[in-house]
Amino acid sequence: MQRPFLTLFFIALANALSAQPEIEKRLQTLLILAEDGSTVEFPEGTITLSNTLWLDAKKNITLRGAGQGKTVLSFKNQKQGAEGIKVTNAENIVLEQFTIEDSKGDLIKTQQVRGLTLQDITAQWTGKPKASNGSYALYPVQCQNVRIERCTAIGASDAGIYVGQSDSVWVTDCVAKWNVAGIEIENTTNAWVWKNKAYDNTGGILVFDLPDLPKKRGGHVKVHDNLVTRNNFRNFAPKGNIVGKVPPGTGVMILATQDVEVFNNKIWDNKTASTVIVSYFIAETPIKDKDYNPYPSRIFIHDNLYSMGKRMPTWKSKLGFIFWWKFGKKVPHILYDGIQNPDWLDANGRLKPGYEICIRNNENGSFANIRADKLGLFKGKISKNMKPYDCEF
Amino acid sequence: MTANFKIGILLAFALAMLGAGENLTTFKKLSNFEGFASNFPKVSNFREVETKTRLSDYSFFLGKISDLAPAPNVFPYEVNAPLFSDYAEKARFVFLPDGQQMKYDTERAFAFPTGAVIIKNFFYWNDARAPEKGRKILETRLLLKEEKGWKALEYLWNAEQTDAFLEVAGASFPVTWVDGNGKKQSIEYIAPNLNQCKGCHSYDGQFVPIGITARQLNREENGENQLLAWQKSGRLELPKIFDFATTPRLADYSLSDEELLKQYPDIPISQYHSLRARAYLDANCAHCHNPHGPANTSGMFLEYDQTDLERLGVGKPPVAAGRGSGNRRFGIVPGKPNESILVFRMESDDPGIRMPELGRQLPHREAIEIIKAWIREMK
Repeated sequence: MQRPFLTLFFIALANALSAQPEIEKRLQTLLILAEDGSTVEFPEGTITLSNTLWLDAKKNITLRGAGQGKTVLSFKNQKQGAEGIKVTNAENIVLEQFTIEDSKGDLIKTQQVRGLTLQDITAQWTGKPKASNGSYALYPVQCQNVRIERCTAIGASDAGIYVGQSDSVWVTDCVAKWNVAGIEIENTTNAWVWKNKAYDNTGGILVFDLPDLPKKRGGHVKVHDNLVTRNNFRNFAPKGNIVGKVPPGTGVMILATQDVEVFNNKIWDNKTASTVIVSYFIAETPIKDKDYNPYPSRIFIHDNLYSMGKRMPTWKSKLGFIFWWKFGKKVPHILYDGIQNPDWLDANGRLKPGYEICIRNNENGSFANIRADKLGLFKGKISKNMKPYDCEF
Repeated sequence: MTANFKIGILLAFALAMLGAGENLTTFKKLSNFEGFASNFPKVSNFREVETKTRLSDYSFFLGKISDLAPAPNVFPYEVNAPLFSDYAEKARFVFLPDGQQMKYDTERAFAFPTGAVIIKNFFYWNDARAPEKGRKILETRLLLKEEKGWKALEYLWNAEQTDAFLEVAGASFPVTWVDGNGKKQSIEYIAPNLNQCKGCHSYDGQFVPIGITARQLNREENGENQLLAWQKSGRLELPKIFDFATTPRLADYSLSDEELLKQYPDIPISQYHSLRARAYLDANCAHCHNPHGPANTSGMFLEYDQTDLERLGVGKPPVAAGRGSGNRRFGIVPGKPNESILVFRMESDDPGIRMPELGRQLPHREAIEIIKAWIREMK
């Protein structure tokens, strides 16, 4: 019995290249016909795919490779589909132990999934980071109970790990590099982002709320114990996208969201803005969404370690240029645009409880409010007074 | 476990290559595959449904199957604003079980009885200037109404045009034809897999038909309103009080001003660009771009009755378009089609940029002109 098996094995190997469409078809068939509760294993080796692998309306399914670098799903020659792997309308899905690369759009997109685990996955665009790379490496949107662990995201022209319009999310032990945004949490509630490494991106970790979306508000986001360093890569995002406005040299950026706690992070060598808290007005895009809140509130930055040698903020972004204009090579580590909702201020002009911005106990945590509210971005008189922000909650 | 699986996968495609594969249907290939790999997911739910492996097994068509001559209980229909599918032509039919009828709905797809089937055949004329030179049917898509909801099935025609065979995982193959201008066209045609069907046919995650709506079917066919004709023949239940004048109706976007004038004498000709564009967007985009569709993540909604300009994309920055934005700032910039992301994505043939994401590889040149004319006129 041994012999025929071996022979078949050799035939298969000899025809491995021509057999790729056959493997692709089988994989897609498996995903369509898989019974709830089954595990689909991707074989070891490089599998070239021409179309999105799509899993829809299933429960308790695991897609498993033979390991990162061992099973490689390559979409270099993709002809159809805007994603590498897509999972929709599903429950309790696990994707693990493979490398996925070079899709035309996103690498892994999951939409309307309750209970999602992405672990031990490398999701990357190979070669030098470029604008023609896809948008998101790992992209859960409208999902609930999401765990992203021990994943690596490289080369996204928007965000490496991007969680949008979701609830209850963990991102931990991941690496994001050479993306425009390393890790981005957008219009998402109850997100924990910890023990990740975000380096050599344009911006390391972003927490944003954007207008015009079905899920209006994010918040209750904790960003802690991450290493956010050297995020000085040129911004290669196509224009029009909000991340296209992130200045190279951004460590952590918090935009127009609420209830965000950033602590115990090492935020090193990000040349323009180690940590920046801004309103949506900084994007200089008109807001037409009446239900949208463009101001950040209840932000608490504490116990982080900041460091930076001699720094020259980027000139390749308006915000960076403003920082250079105002501070030269001594840009403070924590920056606040100072644009505040007048309804949230008390008689002394301070943010009322429930809306405060708190900054406390950071090592090397120099601060400035650039007061972009007063006289516009260039003319505002900066304030380095930290006292109004010495609070906690 | 893994070793078994690998042996299974290798064995299966080795066998397929040794000549067993080509003329078997996918179903049979799958059974082979299953037999060799013990930990292969079971396919029992595939058998539970009354799925037939050949299109001819359904007996939808009489005589020579490629003539698509409908059997009793099968009847053709036409829509006002077709979905663009790489210039493929379509022959559309509905099958209703004996004595059953569809139920009218003003906005959403009509309600269908269990056992009904919507049948859509995709073909190219060999020479679009001379249909008498024949056609090549490529695929037939079925939507089956079952007790628990809708299900899609995909059948691929053989080269002899004697039958079509079930294919769950989709396929791609080269196709050539001569277009209406006498120009030879060739593409690598892509037939969808079953999950891709739901990529568009989705409402709050449930599978739904798209084209069987009042606004698409409310049109004259053979001198009579299609909906009225169906009511007369007992195929459609209309509301007791029913007025065609107030029933929504999409424009046929391919019509000239003169032709539209006959249908819409009350609407100023200056609005015909908008009439065409909104019909096109509704039929080609709004099945995803609506608050209940898969593209609701974008906040861009393109239904025919959408009145919020920003929802339509006017002055709306992209959310997660990535390089789909094409370095443009807004979905639509009034007066400036070449600065509008909408036009950029319609013009692209890159899978990571083009819209719609599925079912189109070629840019729809005529439609791009319609959308551009509409945006150009916007203030």
